[in-house]
Amino acid sequence: MIRYLYADQLAREPALQHEMFRDRADQFGRRLGWNVTVDSQGEERDAYDGEHPLYVLWQSADGGHGGSMRFLPTTGRTMVNDHFSHLTGGGRIESPLIWECTRFCLSQGAGGQVAAALMLAGGEIMRNFGLRHFVGVFDARMVRIYRRIGASPEVLGSAGTGRKRVSVGLWEFSEAARAQVATSAGLSPAQSAHWFDRAFGGPPHLAVSA
Amino acid sequence: MGFEAAQPKLDMVLRRLEQSDALEALQDFITELRDAFGVNHLVYHWVNGNGDQYGCGTYDPAWVQRYLDQGYLRIDPVVLGCFQRFHPVDWKQLDWSSKAARAFQKEAIAYGVGNQGYSIPIRGPNGQFALFTVSHSCDDEAWAEFCVSSRRDLILVAHFFNQKALEFEPGRLPEQGHALSPREVDAMTLLAVGYSRAQAAKALEISEHTLRVYIESARFKLGALNTTHAVARALSRGLIVV
Repeated sequence: MIRYLYADQLAREPALQHEMFRDRADQFGRRLGWNVTVDSQGEERDAYDGEHPLYVLWQSADGGHGGSMRFLPTTGRTMVNDHFSHLTGGGRIESPLIWECTRFCLSQGAGGQVAAALMLAGGEIMRNFGLRHFVGVFDARMVRIYRRIGASPEVLGSAGTGRKRVSVGLWEFSEAARAQVATSAGLSPAQSAHWFDRAFGGPPHLAVSA
Repeated sequence: MGFEAAQPKLDMVLRRLEQSDALEALQDFITELRDAFGVNHLVYHWVNGNGDQYGCGTYDPAWVQRYLDQGYLRIDPVVLGCFQRFHPVDWKQLDWSSKAARAFQKEAIAYGVGNQGYSIPIRGPNGQFALFTVSHSCDDEAWAEFCVSSRRDLILVAHFFNQKALEFEPGRLPEQGHALSPREVDAMTLLAVGYSRAQAAKALEISEHTLRVYIESARFKLGALNTTHAVARALSRGLIVV
């Protein structure tokens, strides 16, 4: 099931929250060897987790964390603008219609289906909130996974080498891409819309957005 | 009910808003923006980290007084549902199930607020939080249509209005951000001399997708609702030279 939880909402589900931060430690710290901060509980957090972000999580049938990502509007503090502006035109990318997506994480053993479900959720956010673009930071191996599930970002540039290679990219979503990603996720668009409505409270929206 | 294409009117108001240097003028601007959107009401309300508040809008002053006297801030589902959020919210998505919330809504409608609403939460610097809200009386279908067709304009106007209001905050330090990046300057310059997006992307050796992101970001920094207006602002401010 796709969950959409702002930081304060996720904090009310401590087991799920712990698993997400622990899986992030596992992916970014242990597997990729990034220089991240892991606390005594084994949880990886950075400064942007303190900015009240919106998290999107894949929650498996047993309630566990399958994968997640983190959104913040580019009008506030973002990782892309603080650390990667040399890859994004030499200055801040800033608009309430462009959100940043970071810390794209898959739990050990989670595959393309979970990645596809998360991208499907990204499409719901874009469609329903009138957004035009996401700008994302992701580890280089994700580029292949994104391509396979039909949600390739446009890579603006990369920094670092090997496992530590970090890429910055852009996403837009078309209806055609939505259908393809839904197929990759093994989910129907209707199911996805239902989860979105459950999180954000009922539909004012028309079937197709502008 | 026929919401009309608002952008030309909105742009005129935004250009004057940008030049305004009086806090009192915001009340007039919000009325003009309300008229340009063609809705019953438009309201702006901010709170900063010190608990200072400021608001302006087109609601009946009797309703505003009633709201303050009754301390409705504590039960208003719009405020409760938007705090610490950053996505736009249709009032129908909020939790109106409590007895207090239902009574509050009934009273708001009696004071002419309307049965429909759409609120844009805004996060400013240092814990500032603001809400920019349109409300109206119409059926659900017409409202959904208005929200989908106007939400991007509403989101942008909400942020432009908030930036202006913040300029009047006591003890405020001068704004540092919003400079166009070198690539944004390049993109706006090529559009200003008449290049199409495809030609501009080719000249800059970037994709059209990347170009669209630079244009979107430049548009916001320039306080404009569309690309034509953004190019005009960049030229008039001397940010680009052709």
